[in-house]
Amino acid sequence: MSTKTIATQRAAMNMPTGRLAIWWVLMSEIVIFGGILVSYVLHRLAHPEWAEQAAYTNVHLGATNTLVLLSSSLSAVLAHAAAERGDGKRAAFLLRLTILGGLIFLIIKSFEWTHEIHEGFTLQSGGFWSYYYTAAGVHAFHVIAGMCIMAWVASTAAKNQELHRVENVGIYWHFVDLVWIFLFPLLYIAK
Amino acid sequence: MTAHPQAPGHGNETHGHGASHGGGHGGSHEAHYVRIWAILVVLLLVSYFGPMVATKLGWHWLLLTTAFGVAVIKAYMVAKNFMHINVEQPIIKFMMVTGVALMVLLYGAIAPDIQKGDGQNWQKDAGFHHSFTTSKPHHAGAHEPAPAGEHAAPAGEHAPAEPMPAASESTGASGH
Repeated sequence: MSTKTIATQRAAMNMPTGRLAIWWVLMSEIVIFGGILVSYVLHRLAHPEWAEQAAYTNVHLGATNTLVLLSSSLSAVLAHAAAERGDGKRAAFLLRLTILGGLIFLIIKSFEWTHEIHEGFTLQSGGFWSYYYTAAGVHAFHVIAGMCIMAWVASTAAKNQELHRVENVGIYWHFVDLVWIFLFPLLYIAK
Repeated sequence: MTAHPQAPGHGNETHGHGASHGGGHGGSHEAHYVRIWAILVVLLLVSYFGPMVATKLGWHWLLLTTAFGVAVIKAYMVAKNFMHINVEQPIIKFMMVTGVALMVLLYGAIAPDIQKGDGQNWQKDAGFHHSFTTSKPHHAGAHEPAPAGEHAAPAGEHAPAEPMPAASESTGASGH
């Protein structure tokens, strides 16, 4: 059996390679979401009439989803704490709880979108709705991606393997939560 | 078979997160995280009810504070306590600041184009197309208005889709 050596530590940065990589990913994510949010804010300020369209978004469901994501962030950071103790099984359980949070978020979102589309508000209904579906859609895609990666990390953590990945996927998940923290007031509250 | 350890980041590679949270044991970490979550939920309630109250009272400043000010506080708390950015290496903070700076640069660069509705000789319509408010210099040739005749569009109608013939050609045809 051949042994393959993998560099797990960046000496110059004094940090694990995986964690450095996840921060690089997040920096590119800032540019992606930043571009969407900045252009939305610019157009929103230039179009006061968008407030009438924004009035149709459901602030109750938006707030519920914020609570769900904040709670899933708690379970993600608790999973990290469990991994630091070397308790892979608990870390895996908490990661699966986080995935459940993501699933609840998506279910609520799908109900919300179904209602809005039935009401006639689609991607092409106007500038506000274009941004609404694009921003929330790109965010939902990140939630789905995070859930998939987390399921994989949980499967290895359950065997007490590769526990450092628990923190890395957690950092990603907190970022997804952080983006929603800004989407909530922008899309649901500012009317 | 990989040679990397089972849990790098838990030995001498660790962040030192425990020290930053004021406790060295897992239990105190967990209590700290639950406390932060509780504060975040309270802030969520503020950002939910605050704008409602602000709208009723007509206090625009309260709406902005409770909606966006609280969002900034929540984001800071998540980044500091859950992502542990405060105890990360300086390069990480530099990367994040660079990302945010690019956002600000984007805003500053395109804000004049989007938010300015008119200028000395132009204004934007609802579709953000520029239209000039003073007459532009005419170019000779095809851009000249066609003479009245069989090719001229009736008043109040749009010009035909096919290209208009040159003025001299049109005049020549009507002479026969």
